[in-house]
Amino acid sequence: MKDIEWSRINKDVLESLQSPRPLFWVVIAICVLVVLVGVGAEKYQYDNGLGVALMNRPHYWQLYISNFVFWIGMSHSGTLLSAILLLTKADWRKPIYRFAEAMTLFSILTAALFPIIHLGRIWDLYWVMPYPNERTIWPNFRSPLLWDAAAITTYATSSALFLYVGMIPDMAICRDNATGWRKPLYTALSLGWMGRAREWMAFRKTYVIVACFLVPLAVSVHSIVASDFAMSIVPDWHITSFPPYFVAGALYSGCAAIITLFVMLRYLFRFEAYMTEEIMEKIAKLTFAIALVWNFLNLGEYVSIWYSNDMFEKEVLIQKFIGPYAPVVWGMLICAMIAPFAMAFQKVRRSMWGMFWLSIVLQLGMWLERFQIVSPPLASNHEPWTWSVVWPGTIQLTITAASFAWFTMLFLLFCKVFPSISMYEVKEMAFHRRREGLHDEVENIHDIQEEIIKTERGLT
Amino acid sequence: MGLRRMLENWSDLRKRDYYENEPYMWGMAIDLDKCTGCGACVTACYVENNLPVVGKEKFASGYAMHWMRIEHYWTEPDDSPEIGQKEPSDHPERGAHFIPMMCQQCNHAPCEPVCPVAATYHTPDGLNAQVYNRCVGSRYCGNNCPFKVRYFNFFDFWKDLPEPLEQQLNPDLSVRSKGIMEKCTFCVQRIRAGKDHAEDEGHPHSVEDGTIVTACQQTCPTQAIVFGNLKDKSSRVHQLWADHQVKLNRHEQDKPEDVRGYRVFEELNVEPSVMYMDRVRDTEI
Repeated sequence: MKDIEWSRINKDVLESLQSPRPLFWVVIAICVLVVLVGVGAEKYQYDNGLGVALMNRPHYWQLYISNFVFWIGMSHSGTLLSAILLLTKADWRKPIYRFAEAMTLFSILTAALFPIIHLGRIWDLYWVMPYPNERTIWPNFRSPLLWDAAAITTYATSSALFLYVGMIPDMAICRDNATGWRKPLYTALSLGWMGRAREWMAFRKTYVIVACFLVPLAVSVHSIVASDFAMSIVPDWHITSFPPYFVAGALYSGCAAIITLFVMLRYLFRFEAYMTEEIMEKIAKLTFAIALVWNFLNLGEYVSIWYSNDMFEKEVLIQKFIGPYAPVVWGMLICAMIAPFAMAFQKVRRSMWGMFWLSIVLQLGMWLERFQIVSPPLASNHEPWTWSVVWPGTIQLTITAASFAWFTMLFLLFCKVFPSISMYEVKEMAFHRRREGLHDEVENIHDIQEEIIKTERGLT
Repeated sequence: MGLRRMLENWSDLRKRDYYENEPYMWGMAIDLDKCTGCGACVTACYVENNLPVVGKEKFASGYAMHWMRIEHYWTEPDDSPEIGQKEPSDHPERGAHFIPMMCQQCNHAPCEPVCPVAATYHTPDGLNAQVYNRCVGSRYCGNNCPFKVRYFNFFDFWKDLPEPLEQQLNPDLSVRSKGIMEKCTFCVQRIRAGKDHAEDEGHPHSVEDGTIVTACQQTCPTQAIVFGNLKDKSSRVHQLWADHQVKLNRHEQDKPEDVRGYRVFEELNVEPSVMYMDRVRDTEI
């Protein structure tokens, strides 16, 4: 990244809150419209029963569950990018981690909708949570769905906290510059931040602690989502390697989503100076590495099923490749297994719109992957008498489309109200690069303290 | 499950033979040699258990609610010599093989641990119970059932019941609304009535064999279905299980090849309570 003038950083980022490109409003309008249509579809399903979604026996689970896994997966790389890269002191994360964290929060909020939409009796949803009641009835702690409910709520809370904690210094900058309705909002959220050295010390500690908490949590959350499948006895769901496979898949699709949003924000909010090609190249490399891990685990899964020689599992595996869902499986393999190799070329990695379309392809591949995890094993289960093939109907597809719109809407509104680039961290990065021309190499706490005080002068 | 009970008895509840001292353990034996595939049991089940008749289209789309179904399996016809390089079939007779399939009331039921709200659980008398009022409709149990004998109310089927027909509903059990899972209960309403009757007569822990009859058993014209208490050594079902050397725990089973008794998907260790007796076929041509 080239040097950015400190005075420009505040101005640029704060401007993004005021005047995005006109396309921003068009996207928001489309999203609101699609969400409304989705709400209509859900109302119809609520009134008439889940049959209208065209699930049947044995396809008790379908698109809602695969969407759930997809969105949970997407939420993972936000944490990866901000927490893991924070702990490993990779400073290229600084201009992009804020929106990645926001992506985490909003995709988990989208994911949380799906188990609700999926339930037969939504109105009794709260029974899944352990709450004291006069009948002393508790949920079943052995059920992976209960672990899910616990994991999702924990993860949503912690990632919201992480996002918020990381935003406090920026809230103060916004507060100092805001007028109108934004002023009281930022004042409340900045918690009286004055930028004193002591505040920075406490802030740094808190931030690292939350990051340390979040990393294992993220891994456990997707492992729990994987146990929804791995703990069952359905052939090709009951696979030991599912938890790491799901975590790798989550990071993979999440990184692809970061690339998509990266290009989108760069254009909509005019962040060309901040979201540079160098950063894109680094994310692309990261995505490529994760894609290879995922590929390995995917192939490992096939091999372990094949050599297990279990009659039922082998049948499902064969049906995946030649059966009715074969187009989905092959589509997945092309989009998620072969397409990422394009990132081996630097020309692709450094091209913004090339990476944009590639990331869409990768996400499509990973979305199909979730569908082929859920549906084909149900279609050719243990009991041959019940074998049947069902494709998701209009209602399921509408609600799926609405979930994408819902996510985009929340995300873009967030970027409109809150700074989607971390101003203080970018300043820090610019400061260090100018002074040392190197990465952030601060080793001990006294140095950090000194740095903080110096950096503070850059703040308004 | 109360919290205290859960914490204190957690390991006990998971132990094999936790209900060992209970007087009842309901089980079934179905003789496939006697089954003609007439479907009378299915009809009886519809009538007894207030099952909705969903109509041709919904049946074809997989919304059928038949707790009991007759599965047909067809022997491949022998290929005629001019076409046939294929091996001739093992069985010269052509036509369908039938197997009545209903909830097997597994003793290691895969549906039970996965329910988030514990709407399905094991009763002390060996039934795999489904609590309609507790069910939230996550449908995990339906996926995890290897027999696929759990039926989900995808619609409010009772709304389609034409005017006078609600009079024929069985008042002994409820009519289910949309969004919940249901399945064969071994006619639990009849079991409860039978046990109450025995208690009234002064022998609360021993229901006489044959006094409790499930709807399918009652209707079967060839008497292929036998139902009873597996813990009662004099009951017919116990006799049949013993004759065919089928044991609840398949690892204790040491059964010779030529014995007809088997349980479906035994190898999954789900311990079904329904034993089938294989159809004897003439393998000589």
